Amino acid sequence: MTPAQPAGRPAGDLVSPAENTWCPGCGNFSIEHMMKSAIAELSEEEGIPIENFVLLGGIGCHGKLVDYLNVNSFYGIHGRSVPAATGIRLANPDLKVICHVGDGDIYAEGLDHLLFAAKRNSDITVVVHDNRVYGLTTGQYTPTSPTGFRGRSTPGGITEHPLNPLEVMLAAGATHIARGYTRKVQHLKGLFKEAIMHRGFSLIDVLQICATYFNLTDYYNEHAYEMKEGETSRFESALGKIREWDYDREAPIPLGTFYSVDKPIYEEKFRALTADRPDRRALVRKVIEEWR
Amino acid sequence: MAEYSILIGGKAGEGINTAGLSIAGLFSRLGYRTYMYFDYPSLIRGGHNFAIIRASEKAIGAHRTPADVLLAFDQNSIENHRESIHGGTTVVHDASQVVRGEGYGLPLDTIVKEEKAPPITKNSAMLGALARVAGIGRDVLEDVLRESVPAKHLEANLRVAGRGYDAVEGVFTVEPLDGPALPVLTGNEVAGLGLVHGGLDSYVAYPMTPTSSLLHFLANRAEDLSIRVIHPENEISVIMMALGLAYAGERAAVGTAGGGFCLMTEGLSLAGMSEIPVTIVVGQRPGPSTGIPTYTAQTDLHFVLNAGQGEFPRLVVAPGDLAETYSWSATALALSWKYQVPSIILTDKTLAEGACSFDLGAVAMHPDRKPEIWDGTGEYRRYARTKSGVSPLTFPGRAGTIVKANSYAHDEAGFTTEAAGEVTALQEKMLRKGESLKEELSTYPTVRTYGARDAGRTIVCWGSEKWACIEAAEEFGARVVQPLVLAPFPARAWKEAMIGAGNVVCVENNATGQLARLLRQQGFDPGRSVLKYDGRPFAVDELAARLKEVIA
Repeated sequence: MTPAQPAGRPAGDLVSPAENTWCPGCGNFSIEHMMKSAIAELSEEEGIPIENFVLLGGIGCHGKLVDYLNVNSFYGIHGRSVPAATGIRLANPDLKVICHVGDGDIYAEGLDHLLFAAKRNSDITVVVHDNRVYGLTTGQYTPTSPTGFRGRSTPGGITEHPLNPLEVMLAAGATHIARGYTRKVQHLKGLFKEAIMHRGFSLIDVLQICATYFNLTDYYNEHAYEMKEGETSRFESALGKIREWDYDREAPIPLGTFYSVDKPIYEEKFRALTADRPDRRALVRKVIEEWR
Repeated sequence: MAEYSILIGGKAGEGINTAGLSIAGLFSRLGYRTYMYFDYPSLIRGGHNFAIIRASEKAIGAHRTPADVLLAFDQNSIENHRESIHGGTTVVHDASQVVRGEGYGLPLDTIVKEEKAPPITKNSAMLGALARVAGIGRDVLEDVLRESVPAKHLEANLRVAGRGYDAVEGVFTVEPLDGPALPVLTGNEVAGLGLVHGGLDSYVAYPMTPTSSLLHFLANRAEDLSIRVIHPENEISVIMMALGLAYAGERAAVGTAGGGFCLMTEGLSLAGMSEIPVTIVVGQRPGPSTGIPTYTAQTDLHFVLNAGQGEFPRLVVAPGDLAETYSWSATALALSWKYQVPSIILTDKTLAEGACSFDLGAVAMHPDRKPEIWDGTGEYRRYARTKSGVSPLTFPGRAGTIVKANSYAHDEAGFTTEAAGEVTALQEKMLRKGESLKEELSTYPTVRTYGARDAGRTIVCWGSEKWACIEAAEEFGARVVQPLVLAPFPARAWKEAMIGAGNVVCVENNATGQLARLLRQQGFDPGRSVLKYDGRPFAVDELAARLKEVIA
């Protein structure tokens, strides 16, 4: 490979040689392929070099995605991708930083980080592989599992209600909130591209089929619909739309972008501080010489 | 030898710490070396705070119990320090607060009222009184105030200081010395400056005593030092942000105490496995759990040596004074990058929040070390298996390369693997880095000795107990041996330093003898332990008395 190569590359080149170990029929395949196409297309259309994309993975079936793509990756630990993503974006403003996280991973283990990244409008994209069950640990309930869900740790069924993560994100200050579904792949790809290009914190909750532990294909096919494009800058109307389905009771499930607004980006306020990289040892001497 | 000890005490919120630093500044101005121990409970207003400021012709780094001057803002500041008052002690107290006072009583309420000055200026009255008692000229007093008090409050402080000066009499005379007027810095401030010297780009921390003031100092000086300072939601986020920064090519350090370090341990293990450099300042305080938050201890040595699941190399350094804090902070950061291992700078409340004269010119710096950067030949492999174990670095955004960091066992390119051969090779590669680091450290002053080799008595200590041990040892003609690096343990240097050690005593601020345990693990005899675990550091005289029981 040489630097002279044009920025865009065929999406097929982005598949790594790593052996894929997801179950047949897993919703992660759709997410992987649509993320791969989104990156390839953005590279082509927006002139973003492939090497400027960074993927982060948490721990869970979703995380394997970062091994399967030939893209920079930080395959971290359970629930903690988001602060690492902010660190990466802080260090290099040219990078497009995308976290692939699971619903157990980020809504349980790492919820604090998610709230604060939204609150500070960190310029990162979070893609939640929301299959509403722990897959890799073989079938326990997660924060978005519906009431009554019988998992291996809750054989009697859970009595609590799920979180509506999009409502939580809106309250926390996220500036771009969307929902996708793994059976609507072209729509999903469009959501990925839009979120990646959003300046600020973006989250896409992807309703993902777990073929082995929680296959909701029929339920989602029956209830999911794509929202008409329209106004997405009003908090109250976004909240109303987000509350149309609460991840629990039977209701139409809107897909698409609920909310998208421009606000100052967290990382930008630090840029001036480290911009021209002066001789810091001279600065240290000066601080000590002028000590008071 | 000219040497003075001043104790100033009062309630929290009265500015005892700042007043103590001004007293140190007064002596510094006259060319003395100063040391300040600051003692405060975990509350915001009330309670009893005190500072002991010692000034000497020679370098010092510990306090002594007897005071030449005691400045008391309240009754407790006299009653709690009876052991510091002796025949030669001059007591100056606030006559508005102290009922059973001795020495000079200053009507501070009346003075500030008459001078229309804010209550905080009472500190300046005490400073003025001290200057007069110690035979320090009014000009020196005013110079020190001009340098430390913001312009808009200066006039009021000068007036009040003058009232204090005039209210007492000269008792002794502090002769000016030829030495330079050195700045007085805390261990935290020097750690921050050392990290920047070592190449720091970003400091990330969540507040926790005793390293909060490192966060505050760097945040205040971020522009002067051209660094980023970030305070995220918790310590887990702190270390993860630092690892993100480092993965993308920026040098980051974090700071915390034992409790915050507990939260960081999963990130520490990730740093080990993913080989992403990070430097962690751990300021010890007494535990377990919340313990006594604003006091001191040396109780986390084995915690930092062993924290994190799995087996991976790390660098642990324990500086004993400001010079060592500066040079080893810089080196900890640089070596963390050269060997792609986490490095830990282990301090404690005594060192972190204590203040001392700092002579940057006299700091012996270690050689500069740069990370190994990929030369661009062939296809990049983040975890290329080299002889040294160190894989050349590059960062995301470099044209034509893909950088894959991984917390799972991984192959050379960074892809997850569970293959037996790959896993074995990876573990051995990581451990080779530890060996390479150990080899490099063999040329560093990893073990320091003080005093004559043929003393026949040796005091072993680490961290902030160093100077109390050096001074106490002089009284017995004993030698002091101090390990600066605790991991990888410098066994060869230790063995060499302990030749002819004779009668060995191991002094520590903990209840179980943690350095002694480490020495035994390494196959060395740590001698008899002298331990203190009440949250306070040894005063020189206190330590000397304890040593007398076991050495003499």
